[in-house]
Amino acid sequence: MFTALFGSVEVGVIYAIMALGVYLSFRILDFPDLTVDGSFVTGGATAAVLIISGVNPFLATAGALVAGFLAGCVTGILHTKGKINALLSGILMMIALYSINLRIMDKPNVPLLAEETVITKISAWWQGLGFDSMMQSLLTSIGLSEYIPSTWGIFTVMFVLAFAIKKAVDLFLKTEIGLSLRAVGDNDGMVRSFSANTDWLKVLGLGIANALVAFSGALVAQYNGFSDVGMGIGMIIIGLASVIIGEAVIGNATIVRATLAVLIGAVLYRLIVTLALRAEFLETGDMKLITAVIVIFALVVPKLIEKQKAGARKKKRAAQLGSAGTNGGDQVAAARSDL
Amino acid sequence: MLQLDQIYKVFYEGTPDEKIALNQLQLQMNPGDFVTVIGSNGAGKSTLMNIISGNIFPDYGTVKINGSDMSSMPEHKRARKIGRVFQNPLAGTAPTMTIEENLALAYNRTKPRSLQFGVTKKRRDFFREQLEILHLGLEDRLQAKVGLLSGGERQALSLLMATFTKPDILLLDEHTAALDPARADLITKLTKEIVAKFQLTTLMVTHNMQQALDLGNCLIMMDKGQIIFQANETEKPDLTVEKLLAEFQRIRGEALLSDRSLLA
Repeated sequence: MFTALFGSVEVGVIYAIMALGVYLSFRILDFPDLTVDGSFVTGGATAAVLIISGVNPFLATAGALVAGFLAGCVTGILHTKGKINALLSGILMMIALYSINLRIMDKPNVPLLAEETVITKISAWWQGLGFDSMMQSLLTSIGLSEYIPSTWGIFTVMFVLAFAIKKAVDLFLKTEIGLSLRAVGDNDGMVRSFSANTDWLKVLGLGIANALVAFSGALVAQYNGFSDVGMGIGMIIIGLASVIIGEAVIGNATIVRATLAVLIGAVLYRLIVTLALRAEFLETGDMKLITAVIVIFALVVPKLIEKQKAGARKKKRAAQLGSAGTNGGDQVAAARSDL
Repeated sequence: MLQLDQIYKVFYEGTPDEKIALNQLQLQMNPGDFVTVIGSNGAGKSTLMNIISGNIFPDYGTVKINGSDMSSMPEHKRARKIGRVFQNPLAGTAPTMTIEENLALAYNRTKPRSLQFGVTKKRRDFFREQLEILHLGLEDRLQAKVGLLSGGERQALSLLMATFTKPDILLLDEHTAALDPARADLITKLTKEIVAKFQLTTLMVTHNMQQALDLGNCLIMMDKGQIIFQANETEKPDLTVEKLLAEFQRIRGEALLSDRSLLA
């Protein structure tokens, strides 16, 4: 049980990088970008193919970043220069990327099990530090030996990486370019009147968003030990789920807080899915359904709670006025007769 | 400063809805001029604003600012020389960003944006100093989100954002029309002060004739896409609302009914 949960936190942190990308397009640019389903795989495919052809895995992962950036830029150009509706330009790019991803990989699935990847390199480096055995003896000494994950390396490195990216996004959104990017999603007519080229800002924003998504895809492919053409299906919904769950739990008053919410939301999402899959009657194939249900809940429940609260307030007020005697009613009648 | 030459713009050309919005319009503004524009709905005032700002392009004619031809320059490039305040108080600011972030956006109007921080300590002091001009206490609320401000405060902020970088041309597009009378008076007063302080060349569209008479040194009246009446610096002080209405009737042979109702 613990190992499964630890595993889901580990994966959640890697997916958090993808969720940060979705946050950029969905919340900052106010652009529901479906390219994500395709660019996630593009990242995985690019990294996998480069690794197999002998490129250093870190360089290969950086290559995925570039591939994702280009994919996002194309969506942006379709939308701004081609004047195609935001949703449709994302869908078009997603479909196009499906074929492009197949071309990149040359087959639907590229296994990486025998290859040297970022994940194996991190594990090897971590092993050298001797931190795991230390944790092991520590946890065993306090009687927690059954809760020992095989390695803390992946989690720690991925956590630091995701947090560093969050920090970079926070800082970027405070720069002059970052500010204008935020304003594009807020009020793009206004930014244009302050001499910002909104078209290119949108292209840049979508490029960065999809670069993060593809980066995450490259890491996921290496973590899983394969890149598969179907691994991006429903990715946009997973990203949205992370953003929405995070915002419901942490809030989004400031950028720093909102990006933190995305990180935590991504991990929470993984935990919820892992726990849900433990139910007897659910199978692995039900995962997308579970995701959809989680997102629907996260969208509907806060509104229901708010409605409930408003109803309770109304009742309370009515009770207060009622207990003040029948004067209230008389006053209403008097006001009416004044009219 | 601003020179419009034979501006011609037609909408829905070739359809039964065809409408000539601007017809061979000529306009010349000298540095420091403050021109108020009045006219009934559909006279072409907003089209004129949009053509100057580059939001739409004329079918024929040239727009020159400081002698250089801007006719085919896109809006965001022209914005380097033009500050604009919109009618809708929501249109001039970004609601989810703070007051200082909005000012930082406006601060970059005249120069290209880079990867340095938008709000620095030095700039924050400068913004605070500028906000004091408004006398609304906004200088103490730099970190407040603009969405929390009232319509009047937002419009005052929009006015400051459009002007504090000293644009060559300031366009005011019925910028007090969506406010209650007290707020409208405040914005009118601020407009007067700010335009005088920065010595801005200003073009203001308004539906309020009294406002058009109170502000500025020149006045133009538009109808059916043309300037039908023009009062220069020496003629404008003698104008009254009644004279303007009579002038319209004399030129067009019909009463300016739509605006009379707005005089109350």
